[in-house]
Amino acid sequence: MIELLTTRHNPMVDPTLHVWEWQIPVYLFLGGWVAGSMVLTGYLQRQARAPGQSSVGDRLPWIGLVLISLGMGALFLDLEHKLYVWRMYLTLQPLSPMSWGGWILLLVYPVLALGALATLADGWLDRWPAIAAFARQLQSHTATRWLSLANIVVGIALGIYTGILLSSLGARPLWASAVLGPLFLVSGLSAGAAFAHVIAPDHREQEQLLRFDNLFLMTELGLIALFLIGLLTVGAVHAQAAQLLLGGPFTAVFWVLVVGLGILLPLAIQSLMVAGRIPHTIVAPLLVLLGGLALRFVIVYAGQHSEWISL
Amino acid sequence: MARFGMVIDTKRCVGCMDCVVACKTENDVPDGHCRDWISQRLQGEMPDLRLTITSERCNHCDSPPCVTCCPTGASHVQDFGKVVLVDHGKCIGCKACLAACPYGARFIHPEGYADKCTFCMHRVERGQMPACVDVCPTRCMHFGDLDDPESEVSRLIATRRHFVLKPDAGTRPRIFYLE
Repeated sequence: MIELLTTRHNPMVDPTLHVWEWQIPVYLFLGGWVAGSMVLTGYLQRQARAPGQSSVGDRLPWIGLVLISLGMGALFLDLEHKLYVWRMYLTLQPLSPMSWGGWILLLVYPVLALGALATLADGWLDRWPAIAAFARQLQSHTATRWLSLANIVVGIALGIYTGILLSSLGARPLWASAVLGPLFLVSGLSAGAAFAHVIAPDHREQEQLLRFDNLFLMTELGLIALFLIGLLTVGAVHAQAAQLLLGGPFTAVFWVLVVGLGILLPLAIQSLMVAGRIPHTIVAPLLVLLGGLALRFVIVYAGQHSEWISL
Repeated sequence: MARFGMVIDTKRCVGCMDCVVACKTENDVPDGHCRDWISQRLQGEMPDLRLTITSERCNHCDSPPCVTCCPTGASHVQDFGKVVLVDHGKCIGCKACLAACPYGARFIHPEGYADKCTFCMHRVERGQMPACVDVCPTRCMHFGDLDDPESEVSRLIATRRHFVLKPDAGTRPRIFYLE
């Protein structure tokens, strides 16, 4: 038996760590969603299409700009020393994923903005001939290939960083897993594909995105299994942290919201949609988005709850 | 180059909290916050119980996760004494360092920056001891250069059984507790 009494009473630290509230999970979710959208945009930009044929890849950069701005807004709200935020951009701390993330976010904006500009039809830009000429250059085959590559690379970096950001904070055993990076990336890809399916103007693209999303959801299930197996087998401290999701205070919300409603149910519905058994519905994609948000909330909150066992 | 550390004798510590009060006074620690604190661990089964009292604070680790995670370099290891400090003017209040510290040694100052024990560097640079060490009525706290084999802290560590807090966290803390 060990009983620990302490006179410490610092806000956000005691009785259990709670430094991050809704802002961080929301940012991680929106960042992951944008990351997934960028990777899909990059892929769709490489697809051959008939002249005049519209693609959801034309809409995603615009939506990405809105989502990442909302995400960064949430991130800014979380900061306690807000007026000093510019300090992020006077340095690159090579060992800090948060520092890398700050710079990756700076890359996200121009890539999304160029992608958005490239989708503008001439009529929109008649009043700004210089911008119109630049937009036409962006529509060239070479520029499209480069933009597609930039979307994929920056999207993957953004998606993985949101997971590594947590896993680098080794004091929280639940986060001490290299799987978090790929898990958040795949979850972001899933959210991106689910949402793109809803707004895709073309039925063929909708089918393709559904198949992608099913693949992402199955991969996500596998990564969640690896995440838990890793925690359960690496040592006592991590196994205790895993119990938060396997019999602790976060178990119900994790298995019901994240795995059940966020992965298994939409996977089942979307499999029926792909098989042509039921018509397309927005229910499944909405559940995927809900599950992605719930995943970030559970991991961020439960991770803060986990700690190294005292002496 | 010095590498400061602390040795605390748990056989002598009575948990009087003088160190806590001295720190709050010396460093103007805001109400409702503390840079150091007292913990009591009761271990064993009745009737074989053991009570260990420890005066705790930032461990100024040799592998400080709070420094590596900091996105602005505000958390840093100072050359003099290899002490872990926070540059308030660089801190954005992201709280990554609070999450990265396995000891819960940091908090957010009401002005928005991360705050914690500094080993009273402003006193040490003047040749004084940290305030907590200075006021301890049982003389259970010792401060000095761990790299100097002749220092009091080095001799205590070499000759007495000791432990550190949460060694498995891999941070290589520099506060040693004598058993």
